[in-house]
Amino acid sequence: MSWLRIRELIRKEFIQLFRDAKSRRVLIVAPIIQLLVFGYVVNYDISKISVALLDHSRTPESRELTTAFTGNGIFYIKEVFNQNQMEKLLLEGRTDLGIIVPPDYADTIRIGTTSEIQIIVDGTTSNMASIRVSYAMQVLERLNSMLLQEFYPLHLTYGKIDNRLRTWYNPNMDSRYYFVPGIVAFVVMLISLLLTSIAIIKEKEAGTMEQLIVTPLAPVEFITGKTIPYAIISLVQMIAITIFAIIWFRIPMNGSIALLFFATCIFLMSSLGLGLFISTVSLTQQQAMMSTFFFILPIFMLSGFVFPIANMPVIVQWIAYLNPLTHFLIILRGVFLRGAGISVFWPQITALIIIGFLLLSGSVWRFKKRLD
Amino acid sequence: MILHSNKIKNFEKTNGDTFIEVVDLSIQYGGVWAAKDICLRIHKGEIFGIVGSDGAGKSTLLRAMATLIPPTTGHITIEKFDTSADRKFVKSILGYMPQRFALYPDLTVLENMEFFMDVFHMEKQKRGIMRNKFLAFTKLEPFSDRRAGDLSGGMKQKLGLACVLLHEPKVLILDEPTNGVDPLSRMEFWQMLTRMRNEDCMTIVVATSYLDEGEKCDRLALMHNSELIEVAAPVILRKGFADLEEAIIDRLTKTDRELAYDTFRR
Repeated sequence: MSWLRIRELIRKEFIQLFRDAKSRRVLIVAPIIQLLVFGYVVNYDISKISVALLDHSRTPESRELTTAFTGNGIFYIKEVFNQNQMEKLLLEGRTDLGIIVPPDYADTIRIGTTSEIQIIVDGTTSNMASIRVSYAMQVLERLNSMLLQEFYPLHLTYGKIDNRLRTWYNPNMDSRYYFVPGIVAFVVMLISLLLTSIAIIKEKEAGTMEQLIVTPLAPVEFITGKTIPYAIISLVQMIAITIFAIIWFRIPMNGSIALLFFATCIFLMSSLGLGLFISTVSLTQQQAMMSTFFFILPIFMLSGFVFPIANMPVIVQWIAYLNPLTHFLIILRGVFLRGAGISVFWPQITALIIIGFLLLSGSVWRFKKRLD
Repeated sequence: MILHSNKIKNFEKTNGDTFIEVVDLSIQYGGVWAAKDICLRIHKGEIFGIVGSDGAGKSTLLRAMATLIPPTTGHITIEKFDTSADRKFVKSILGYMPQRFALYPDLTVLENMEFFMDVFHMEKQKRGIMRNKFLAFTKLEPFSDRRAGDLSGGMKQKLGLACVLLHEPKVLILDEPTNGVDPLSRMEFWQMLTRMRNEDCMTIVVATSYLDEGEKCDRLALMHNSELIEVAAPVILRKGFADLEEAIIDRLTKTDRELAYDTFRR
């Protein structure tokens, strides 16, 4: 193996890459779009809940209920005057919740019994619905304890439990904190996977591959020279996105950048291995593109990037643990948000090394076999 | 009349040093026999042409010589070195130009040449000399900063030739190098080949579908249906015919008739 030849191959690769407008666009535009989409658009945080309120009671007590909601700052109340009006709003998706206060509301609670109010929720987006309901519950609970204090201020013979909830690592439960570190993984994977396979396919398409085979250039040199440029680019992208995430999105970086770098390097083994594999099964750039998306979609879905692995069926969970992105994401989030060190991540690191080694060596073997 | 695969006769005709020897070569490629029982000797310093219909197996034979396809049976030696066993050495003494233009279109003429010199590990002092020599030889000097993809067909082929010549091979294997190139560029290209044969004693094996080019070869091999039909100098081949084209068409039709007759009898 001659490093001189590999170095020249790498240099040639970089010249070609930056001369080609198409690949320049992929390098710069793709990460920016992903950052913006996942940083701004994909958002599970609830900042506004619109409520249609149908108050049959119209008493100071029911007014108090309304104030409890509006005082929260998240709820925007729109008063309706009959059932039909509320149903219409829900059907048109113009309201998230419907609250119906019964006519006997004030009377019932005044005599010390329980009154029922009805909350209707739009369940079409189920996860959002449950979050909205829990917000409403919180408001009602607070109102309940207030009423208790008001009516039985001196009857308390028991102490009470006051829970002081603290959310560690992401105090405001910002979903951006959860998504943005994942983009690092996703961009690194997309770039290394797609560009590696396309760079090799391009040589195949142009016929330069055949030209290179009749030179003293060894297959291992060819593979090394073809993958190193994309490993370098992926690492640069990773650093750029990390900096952007910290400065722009104010994602806390509590862990060590060196660990992040190391994790990216071992993740790249899997990613480049897969890219190499794709280049052995495709003949044209279009085919390579198709196969890349064929692989990327399940990798993306089964990684815990958006959907929690714990919610998947057991068999699918096993598949998810064979997915290198799963482990890389755990490391990324842990390093960014929890500031955990390498001692915490040894299972993920071991898994990444094993998966990466198998993928890379298998693909190199397959690649060499097809060259001869 | 016995025309096809007259092995003994082919061997007898050899005079001078045998440089490339093809012995009982058969190649099965993608389920079909792309070459059948080919025996051939190519001498040092000759331009050896291979002609024949499309799909006759010309490219397969050249690719096997260039170590790209391993023989299914038989073997090929170049300067006594086996193309399979001594693949690495054979590669270092041959220059192969595939049928399709195979240089980096997004690199300039000079960058392409530099890249191939890098791949062949050329020493520093030699690089400048070789670069200038072949830029002048191929008349590509004025275009050295132009991207290979923007060159005309003829210039592309010349650049291809320059790139495979940079490491000073002893044998050139060219697969239809002038396909789709204008007549003037074709003439220039052949002038370069003749010069290399005369001045550097280069052995050149070239497949071509232009018979006026076949005329310029020292010897011609005629291939049909993956078999070698005849090997002779162009003058001998066309004896009794108006030109080479007629001579070759005559032989091909005769072979087809014989084949048809054989099948019929069986």
